[in-house]
Amino acid sequence: MGAPHLLVHDKKDTVGVVVVEGLKAGTDMLCVVTADNSDFRLTAKHDIPIGHKVALVDIKKGDTVWKYGQDIGKAIADIGKGEHVHVHNVKTKRW
Amino acid sequence: MAQGNGYSNLTFWGYRRENGRVGVRNHVVILPLDDLSNAACEAVANNIKGTLALPHAYGRLQFGEDLELHFRTLIGTGSNPNVAAVVVIGIEDQWTSRVVEGIAKTGKPVTGFGIEGTGDIGTIAKASRVAKDYLQWASELKREECPISDLWVSTKCGESDTTTGLSSCPTVGNMYDKLIPHGIYGCFGETSEITGAEHLCKERAATPEVAEKWYRMWKAYQDEVIEAHKTNDLSDSQPTKGNIAGGLTTIEEKALGNLEKIGRECRYIDALKPAETPSKGPGLYFMDTSSAAAECVTLMAAGGYVVHTFPTGQGNVIGNPIVPVIKITGNPRTVRTMSEHIDVDVSGVLRRDMTIPEAGDALIDMVVRTANGRLTAAEALGHREFVMTKLYRSA
Repeated sequence: MGAPHLLVHDKKDTVGVVVVEGLKAGTDMLCVVTADNSDFRLTAKHDIPIGHKVALVDIKKGDTVWKYGQDIGKAIADIGKGEHVHVHNVKTKRW
Repeated sequence: MAQGNGYSNLTFWGYRRENGRVGVRNHVVILPLDDLSNAACEAVANNIKGTLALPHAYGRLQFGEDLELHFRTLIGTGSNPNVAAVVVIGIEDQWTSRVVEGIAKTGKPVTGFGIEGTGDIGTIAKASRVAKDYLQWASELKREECPISDLWVSTKCGESDTTTGLSSCPTVGNMYDKLIPHGIYGCFGETSEITGAEHLCKERAATPEVAEKWYRMWKAYQDEVIEAHKTNDLSDSQPTKGNIAGGLTTIEEKALGNLEKIGRECRYIDALKPAETPSKGPGLYFMDTSSAAAECVTLMAAGGYVVHTFPTGQGNVIGNPIVPVIKITGNPRTVRTMSEHIDVDVSGVLRRDMTIPEAGDALIDMVVRTANGRLTAAEALGHREFVMTKLYRSA
């Protein structure tokens, strides 16, 4: 197995983190779940910078977003599988 | 190199001080009581090459808990075992004496000078003679081999991104999981950056009493600082602009990555006030600190920690004048663009060609080498950020 494009903390997560520089839309990403070393493939829908997140599933506006197996906030717009997830479409529930 | 179950046999070479604590550096510090005394301290350090002045911004007309924190920070800094001897200079004698007496409890050489009635030039002359004697005395002190249990290692991350939670923070956590059982003192803090993971942090306390004590500290910060001073919400400060550029979206996500620094197994045995010295024996401690890097490291150094481990994602450059700050990053872009600031490269964790336990061993190895005397990137680059924490406006 080569170096992954995307790392996911936990099986429960709905987002993963891009861990390579210069990821282009259309890339067939190798994705690895660090908790159990399992892997899967996912196509990136956008150019996504290293460190930024990608939706692993279709996420509806209002849905909880999961990372580390934990609630990290809510979607404030619909997010398609493979799309860029960040401050434009996810916000904390805290304030 | 640390391997397998050999961690209890790890040793390092340090300076055993009069009170039994072990330092990994041998500084002679010229310590200003207050902002007004910075000039005299810097003049002494300029006269006596090899001594270290620690200029700072405060020390006049403080009162209450803010004044207590000021004294605790100065006394703790002078008492840190990385410091061999101290010259204290203040505008007046009484508060200067309080700092001198606090540091003297360690048994290390310390002398104070008040400027009033003498002026800068006379004070600088007298203080320089003492500083010279201290420096020459300290220069003959020898390192001795010490068990790893004599090492106090603190942690705080900065310019975090999503890679810190995947690699550099769990690397520190793995170090603590391996070394805390062998008697080291650990410390984490950053009260504001636990917001979002406070339920998980509370669960990591050793006892329900410690959990409650910790929770009160965290809640007090929420109520007395955030609620009292916020203009809208924390979205413009937490996550920071640098965090957001690095891919962190919410305070919860940042907090969960931050908490990776305390590993999987260790539990904190007390919640300390800022700059408070641990008193419950070996183990992991929480300290109530700002999440601003220089303030936090300064407080932990004042608490007595002698080595600091600092995971960074986007690339923080911070150092401390008396404590070596070891930078760890897993972000390959930061390794490429800011390599001169990085001591431990764990970017292999993201490529899956390095495991977290291997990264933890690489960090332990660097902690021991640093304790033995290797200069960190921050030391080599001259980073000496010494920043006092101020709780409220002076009188």
